[in-house]
Amino acid sequence: MWEYTDKVKDHFLNPRNVGTIEDADGVGEVGSLACGDALTLYIKVDGDGKITDAKFQTFGCASAIASSSALTELLIGKTVEEAEKITNKDIAEYLGGLPREKMHCSVMGQEALEQAIKNMRGEAPSKAEHSHEGELICECFGVFDEEILEAIKVNDLKTVEDVTNFTKAGGGCGKCIPDLERLLAEAHGEGVCPTPSDKPAYPAEGMTNIQRMHLIESVIDNDVRPKLKADGGNIELVDIDRDTVVVRFLGMCSGCPSSQATLNGLVETALKEKVDPGLKVREG
Amino acid sequence: MDTIYLDNNATTQVDPIVFEAIKPYFTELYGNPSSMHRFGGQVGVTLKEARASVAGLLGCEPEEIIFTSCGSESDNTAIRSALNARPDRRHIITTAVEHPAILSLCKFLEKKDGYEVTYLGTDEYGRLDLEEYKAALRPDTAVVSVMWANNETGNIYPIEEMAKIAKEHDVFFHTDAVQAVGKVDIDLSKVPVDMLSLSGHKLHAPKGVGALFVRKRLPFRPFLIGGHQERSRRAGTENTTGIIALGKACELAREHMVEENTEVKRLRDKLEKGLLEAVPDAKLNGDPEHRLPNTSNISFGYVEGEAILLMMDQLGIAASSGSACTSGSLEPSHVLRAMGVPFTFAHGSIRFSLSRFNTEKEIDFVIESLPPIIKNLRKLSPFSAEKQAPACTKSFSE
Repeated sequence: MWEYTDKVKDHFLNPRNVGTIEDADGVGEVGSLACGDALTLYIKVDGDGKITDAKFQTFGCASAIASSSALTELLIGKTVEEAEKITNKDIAEYLGGLPREKMHCSVMGQEALEQAIKNMRGEAPSKAEHSHEGELICECFGVFDEEILEAIKVNDLKTVEDVTNFTKAGGGCGKCIPDLERLLAEAHGEGVCPTPSDKPAYPAEGMTNIQRMHLIESVIDNDVRPKLKADGGNIELVDIDRDTVVVRFLGMCSGCPSSQATLNGLVETALKEKVDPGLKVREG
Repeated sequence: MDTIYLDNNATTQVDPIVFEAIKPYFTELYGNPSSMHRFGGQVGVTLKEARASVAGLLGCEPEEIIFTSCGSESDNTAIRSALNARPDRRHIITTAVEHPAILSLCKFLEKKDGYEVTYLGTDEYGRLDLEEYKAALRPDTAVVSVMWANNETGNIYPIEEMAKIAKEHDVFFHTDAVQAVGKVDIDLSKVPVDMLSLSGHKLHAPKGVGALFVRKRLPFRPFLIGGHQERSRRAGTENTTGIIALGKACELAREHMVEENTEVKRLRDKLEKGLLEAVPDAKLNGDPEHRLPNTSNISFGYVEGEAILLMMDQLGIAASSGSACTSGSLEPSHVLRAMGVPFTFAHGSIRFSLSRFNTEKEIDFVIESLPPIIKNLRKLSPFSAEKQAPACTKSFSE
């Protein structure tokens, strides 16, 4: 069973503003019987651009009915300009939240509102399905790229599952999932050519000799010596001659049969990685 | 507020007689049936009786019963065992209307292990086509799995005939009989199925126990490997209270079989008739003739199932729906989709499943209460029989 807030339950069981407005100034119809939910929103606007009445008819689940009811409550008394700023998040928040899987009901409310306003301005017919100009992404639920990108932006969606919860896209046959991944990447700025990096190619690039010497000392002190000390050994920096670092093993490491392996596998590897890949290390 | 429980295909109440029977095994008789001492051994004796009781209901030998944790485990064990027994065969036949325990497994086997699966379709009443079935059988078919009765519509499938056909083709036959056991007379001494799954909580035993019938001498590979329980065919310390409860529930099911098919059926028919007469644009989903006696699946056009369920819940009536909104999915029931039920009706489907614990008074209350709920929801809806739905971009048969 879904966990609905008391406000969702209240608006579902006692929906406000149910019905039609015969002489509505704007009508927005979204969804369909086939898709499992549909909403028709009617708005009446006075001469000052204020929404004086809003009514709805909804086919759908408790969330769909509650979202529609909440939307009409949010609309009445607002100017059209104020109403245009209402998002699905506002509808969900008004209801004290919706289960994430049901967020598409609030999106349906927002879309019906956009449609009703367009219809009022004579920019579109009442039915949303004829007004999209973008690419049809989800054939199962008739969802276009512009709706998906808007939902990603408004709700900061991160995953395909999120997109499905908010728009229903991807909830049918699943063929459009690669497209949803593409849209998510696009919306989050991925897939764009990377800008040239300001980072140096290796840590010591551009350093003076003194700086480079200090970095080598630091790597030996912090990365190499503690490991050798743990085995009863030690290391001493003898000299640095261009790309050659000369060291001497002390303690248990002095005369150790594995000293060459330690020299290459530990000391040289650390210096190549943390200072300069061109460095060579030898015992002296 | 008392609950009028009409969701018995989801789960059933534990019969009070069953509950009484298992109580001592929680407190006084808690021994491990595998132990050598008498304290555990006496529990082992009771398990043996329970096994005999389950076998008695199915008309098979007690040695042919393996206790499991649920119907899904039984289904998974059966299919995987059949595939392991014949590794050279890479084809499975099942139906498009199976329970997810079979469907999801088959999809997994297709995707991960490269098996080929044929999903038999149904007609508008949810009936299978035997000719389609015969044509689907191939030399490399390893197993056929067809449910005995459908959980959503209650449709009963021709298992005896289908099992015989499989036998003629030397193919293993499994049936998921989770919904049928206790409601339909099953005699495995006459019906040549090789494996059969059942679940305790569908017939008034608790949740967490099931059984798998595996016909004698059928090659078998265990799903759970470990201890020697169940003659090494299913490892793990036995769910003794669950098994004893299942045994008792099977004993009671035999006693109540006639009642299931007369009194429960009478109440079901009364409910169905009452609702179909009172609500316009309502239709029955499923086979009107070959159906479980307790199940009725009715679609109420132009309204959505979850909304109906929640309104019913306000009145204390519990049922279930095949509508998309009651599940994580966004599509209505795969069973109704396979049957080609129009969207107009598919979203508003309600499944009523009765048990012997339902009363006439409860059914009268539902017949009286539900029509106004549908009426109110239709007032909210922009659709009606007169106002046709907008065209859909997706066909039902996909």
